[in-house]
Amino acid sequence: MKLSDEAEELLEQLWINTYELNQALSSFKDLKTGRDEAGLKELQEEEYISVSEDGMALKKAGMKEAENAVRRHRLAERLMVDVLDIKKSLMEETACRFEHLLHKEVEESICTLLGHPTLCPHGKPIPQGRCCRESARTAKSVVSSITDMKKGTKGKIAYLHTRDNKKLQKLMAMGILPGISIDVRQKFPSYVLKIGHSQIAMDEEMAKDVYVRLK
Amino acid sequence: MFTVVRKSGQGCHAEACAVLEGLGKVVLVGNPNVGKSVIFNNLTGKYVTVSNYPGTTVEVTRGKGKAGGKEFEVIDTPGMYSLLAITEEERVAMSMLLDERQEVVVQVVDAKNLQRMLHMTLQLIETGLPVILDLNLMDEAEKLGVIIDAERLERELGIPVVPTVATSGRGMEALKERISSYRRGNSLAFTYDEAIESAIRNISAMLSAEYRISKRAMALLLLQEDPSITASVREDMAGGFTDVQEAIHQAQSEYTQPLNYIITITRQRVINKIIEKATRTGEVSVSFNERLSRLTTSPIAGLPIFLLIIYALYEFVGVFGAQFLVDFLENAIFKEHINPLVTKAVTSVVPWQVLQDLFVHQYGIITLGIRYAIAIILPIVTTFFIAFSIIEDTGYLPRLAMLIDRLFKKIGLNGRAVIPIVLGFGCDTMATMVTRTLETKRERIIATLLLSLAIPCSAQMGVILALLAGSAKGLGIFIGTMAAIFLLVGYLAAKLMPGERPMFYMEVPPLRWPKLSNVFTKTYTRVEWYFKEILPLFILASIMIWAGKLTGLFDLLINILSYPVTWIGLPKEASSAFLYGFFRRDFGAAGLYDLKNAGILHGVPLVVSAVTIALFMPCIAQLSIAIKERGLKMALGMAAFIFPFALFVGFLVNKLLTGLGVVL
Repeated sequence: MKLSDEAEELLEQLWINTYELNQALSSFKDLKTGRDEAGLKELQEEEYISVSEDGMALKKAGMKEAENAVRRHRLAERLMVDVLDIKKSLMEETACRFEHLLHKEVEESICTLLGHPTLCPHGKPIPQGRCCRESARTAKSVVSSITDMKKGTKGKIAYLHTRDNKKLQKLMAMGILPGISIDVRQKFPSYVLKIGHSQIAMDEEMAKDVYVRLK
Repeated sequence: MFTVVRKSGQGCHAEACAVLEGLGKVVLVGNPNVGKSVIFNNLTGKYVTVSNYPGTTVEVTRGKGKAGGKEFEVIDTPGMYSLLAITEEERVAMSMLLDERQEVVVQVVDAKNLQRMLHMTLQLIETGLPVILDLNLMDEAEKLGVIIDAERLERELGIPVVPTVATSGRGMEALKERISSYRRGNSLAFTYDEAIESAIRNISAMLSAEYRISKRAMALLLLQEDPSITASVREDMAGGFTDVQEAIHQAQSEYTQPLNYIITITRQRVINKIIEKATRTGEVSVSFNERLSRLTTSPIAGLPIFLLIIYALYEFVGVFGAQFLVDFLENAIFKEHINPLVTKAVTSVVPWQVLQDLFVHQYGIITLGIRYAIAIILPIVTTFFIAFSIIEDTGYLPRLAMLIDRLFKKIGLNGRAVIPIVLGFGCDTMATMVTRTLETKRERIIATLLLSLAIPCSAQMGVILALLAGSAKGLGIFIGTMAAIFLLVGYLAAKLMPGERPMFYMEVPPLRWPKLSNVFTKTYTRVEWYFKEILPLFILASIMIWAGKLTGLFDLLINILSYPVTWIGLPKEASSAFLYGFFRRDFGAAGLYDLKNAGILHGVPLVVSAVTIALFMPCIAQLSIAIKERGLKMALGMAAFIFPFALFVGFLVNKLLTGLGVVL
């Protein structure tokens, strides 16, 4: 059964308290919730949490679900910042709403698109998903910055990510645009990229903002 | 590289303008290094410097061409990647589209990179200007298996498309024919997202002034925040501009990314469809050229290749030019034939010693000025420019730029500055002019300072090589000192001058075999320019020395100069060479050459004097260009630093060498 948004939020907070703040038991005050809230009831019914006089704790069955909710939230934040370039002030709110819409398959493809990020924009760890573990096994992420690519690898440009309009303009002038095939020829002393039939040299400062979908 | 000899920019000569006035204008535009200048040469029969690196043409060149019995004024522009100008040259090129009344705009593109090139084609079509697409470098495209259906492309774009190979003349007749018979057709129309389209509609309606290019194109440039277009529209509209700004903000708020990005991506989609219909690509194996190209950019092979090139340059310019040719012209021609002959002629015609001295004897116009120019400077500069033209045409310089970028970042420059710096070894005056291709003011100032101080030009370098030819140790000390000063002063300048970090990006052209005829004409134009620049100065210097001697001023100056000269451990006689050095440092070096031949200068003082004179401001011409490009205050400030600093370094080197007991 799909949890309500409120229940999910609660679950996330519990997970954070348990694993990141090392607080096995969370009081009602900590979670800013009343004993009779619908979300709380829902979690109890699912056997995800145990509720006592002093507060509540995650049950084993709820752990996985809670971890996934945190993961979706932090992935959503990354998506907002890296790809959609949404202002930080708006990010939190949008991410909060967005995370509840992420289905499992969508979550995996977004994680892949983002190159299986390990940290959220606030610097907190993003719990790994199945796709991350698989990609770690094959030792490459599917979308990565040129600076993280190995010499000799090929791919297609996924997106450019920079707030510097001038830099963006320069990259685009060199023909670096989403959908274009790219071949990382060299990384030292400068980056040499083969784009179509031309070669472009650039420094790390420019190369780091180009994200490539690996072949 | 640049074209001072031509009528350029707005400052074209009155008589030349009169000839071109009233003719229809053909403007050549396109990415850098796609062969615009070769097309220009083909259309006009004139010669403009052509090379194999991006950013060769920094000014506008005009010439007269004939097509289909009609005469045209042909205008060659600096390369630009997009109508949104980033650099100074791009703004110059853009102004040719905005300000000139063109009959035809020919966009020259690199056929093998059509997908990239079509962005500007679409932008040009949007401007509503009469555009012809010239698919140049077809031979390179064919070698790579790129097959372009030009007729199909023409139908898709709705503008004339002509495949050419400008270097061999292929397709040039067809291009002329299409220019002379140009008819406006139905060119491609495409739309952006509704939010952008509605902004275009709103802004177009607000623009009341007349512009050369369509209002749609103007609106798009405004939406993408092109600084010069924004400034000019703001001026035209005065108070009404706030509405335009409002419309721009409105459109911007619809997207999280810059509109520039959104617009470019839409064009990319249109282009992808066209490319799919009009081109095919076959597979080709890695060619020899390709393999060599990879070697030249690799950090491991790059250094030996660089050293090999420097060595070859040394053998050709330093040994063949500066020693063999100079020796031949100096001794076999001037000393044995011209000087005695002219001296005899002058002394027999002119009875007065004073007037004789003006032309002959120790400081005469012919025996000193012209001899220096022809016997010492000319062979060195010519051999350097031959070598430089060959290196340039192979496409090696951008490779050097990418190899050296990290080092240059330390001195506040980026890899791009390799071009003015290497050119500076040819002529610092030319190089100072080319510093305008650098992006930030900070880089332009640092590059100008380093050129003025630590980059000896070929003429001077050649003389110094000849001076120090006998002593490998002396040459080593000279090169080491110069390199250390170059890096140290650059590093300090970068530290002292705050500013944004320079970014490096550059297209690396394919390695191409230099064409002999191109190398020849290029060397010729450069040497001609150089010679015209220096000969009057050398003659003037001779006259001034003559006048100075006559009035006693010369001896006075030499007397004054003898203090710093002896202070840095040199014989008094070197003062005269230092006096010449204020005019031109190569002139000064040539003076040292005479002293060495006379047996006055050798050992440590020889190296000290070479270092000191090499650090002087290059010449009067370079100073005047520095004033023009960087402003009077900045240029004089540099001069005020450079001369005392040069003497100070000479002093240090002398103390160090004598203190360590170095024997040369």
